[in-house]
Amino acid sequence: MRDRTFAPSRILIYLIVSLIAAAWLAPLAVVVLNSLRTNQEIAQGSMIGWPQHLAWSNYAAAWSGFCVAETCAGIRPYMLNSALVTIPATIFSTLLGAVAGYAVSLWRFRGDQWIYGIVTLGIFLPQQMRLLPWTIVLRDTGLMNTLTGLVIIHTIQGLSFTVLFCRNYYVAIPQELIRAARIDGAGFFRIFWRIILPLSPPILVVTVIWQFTHIWNEFLYGVTFTTGQQQPVTAALIALSAAVADIPQHGVQSAAVMIAALPTLLIYLIGGKYFVRGLTAGAVK
Amino acid sequence: MTIAVSTRPGRPAASDVVRRLPEYLTIWVPLLFSAAHLIAFSLWTIWISFTPSTLVPVSGWVGLRNYTAVTASRNWQIAFDNLLLFGCAFVLLSLVTGLILAILLDQRIRGENLLRSIFLYPLAVSFVVTGTVWSWLLNPGLGIQKLVHDLGWTSFRFDWLIDRDMAIWTIVIAAIWQSSGFAMALFLAGLRSVDADLIKAAQIDGAGPIRMYRRVILPTLWPITITVIVIQLQFAISTFDLVRALTNGGPGIATQLPALVVYDLMFQRSLLGRGAAAAVLMLLILLAVLLPYAAWRYVQRRRAIHA
Repeated sequence: MRDRTFAPSRILIYLIVSLIAAAWLAPLAVVVLNSLRTNQEIAQGSMIGWPQHLAWSNYAAAWSGFCVAETCAGIRPYMLNSALVTIPATIFSTLLGAVAGYAVSLWRFRGDQWIYGIVTLGIFLPQQMRLLPWTIVLRDTGLMNTLTGLVIIHTIQGLSFTVLFCRNYYVAIPQELIRAARIDGAGFFRIFWRIILPLSPPILVVTVIWQFTHIWNEFLYGVTFTTGQQQPVTAALIALSAAVADIPQHGVQSAAVMIAALPTLLIYLIGGKYFVRGLTAGAVK
Repeated sequence: MTIAVSTRPGRPAASDVVRRLPEYLTIWVPLLFSAAHLIAFSLWTIWISFTPSTLVPVSGWVGLRNYTAVTASRNWQIAFDNLLLFGCAFVLLSLVTGLILAILLDQRIRGENLLRSIFLYPLAVSFVVTGTVWSWLLNPGLGIQKLVHDLGWTSFRFDWLIDRDMAIWTIVIAAIWQSSGFAMALFLAGLRSVDADLIKAAQIDGAGPIRMYRRVILPTLWPITITVIVIQLQFAISTFDLVRALTNGGPGIATQLPALVVYDLMFQRSLLGRGAAAAVLMLLILLAVLLPYAAWRYVQRRRAIHA
């Protein structure tokens, strides 16, 4: 473990790490490069190659010209759907999770540990166990094939994560702070607003990033509960690759994949630290 | 705080409830909704799994008939065998990869932050995206095999994606690439929290780096290892998107997994009762992993309290 900068063993370490890193970056590199190659160029060679001249037109086609099923509006409408589901569901589940996490951690009430335990079970319970009931509920409430339906599902299911994150963060806040505020006559919401919320930004960033990537990347509910024009972008990507199976258009498809992955990739690049924190918080607790 | 709103002790209970109504609503409604939907929906699915439901849920009782139909089907048997193979191979290999990466990054190397970001980025991207990309790379007519052929080595073969016996390994490859960074992150945190005094003592005793890891550092990682195993197994059991995008269960049904069987039964063949039974079977497989883990955690916690 001692630092010996030029020892052969250290050169070997750097070599191995660089090789693995290259392998890890290769899929991303392949998509980026292919998104800049023309369809013919890819058809003549392989998916692995350098673009001859940069075919930026792939991005324009993927964004607004490409056909999925009968509609030829590119993946723009599906990106919009994903945004319209992900943004509200992230905000709602985070806010409700913060209030509920605060209640469970600092306002002890009868049965709070039970409720908390059941809610966090949702992290482990397979989605498949809830698929059929959600289908029936959405159909009976007329929310099948609507973005509202997806927002509701992701908000309720997201609570399992957001309550866990916030509760684990709020238990570290000293009870005396709350007790003192109560003696001053502050109620539940006043304490939340004046004391808890100002202390919350670190955990709210983690929760928002986690929920956003989670909901944006979700596929099973999207493909089950929506069709055609109402689909989120993950479901549309699968429909797209099925649609172009006969006449491969890998250049445009790569651009579409790149666009669909961009929001979560950007969030990871900007807030990677917080993303990892969410990952490990969800794992260890 | 400027105005202190005093709670008068003599206030009657009824108006107290009314006053605190918004509070009850914001705490209880979301929590109860979440908890109730988890329990009610699970019981609902379990109930449907015992009914003769096909296109729509109907009442009735068929006992274990749906379960025997599912477990007798070739689709499920292949899915179950695949899950065993995929689960074991993926968990073991991602554990080893993650541990190696963590140990390498623990050597105080330059660019550690950048490397860590590189190994973790696949986790931020959707399985649909990574599955699609891997399906291109592994496609013999488009990806790695084609590249090697074009370079002149025409006898090179890497066609696991279309090989019935090997296709499941393509899912293992993609899954390892996707999530061994997660194992790395947890292991690295564990390596960094090893007691410095312990390391110093071992150094004074003349332990080299390899002995140090084997005897001193790695044994402290057991709790993390078990956590990683459980979480990766849980991921393996519910794997859906990755396979859907990478092989869609094919060639034929060679890469079928339980999650795909559930979807197929429920929404493509409209056999709701059987689909529900398959979902419950998935839950049972998951419980077989989680219950021993929960028991282990419980014992550990008891021990920590009594120590």
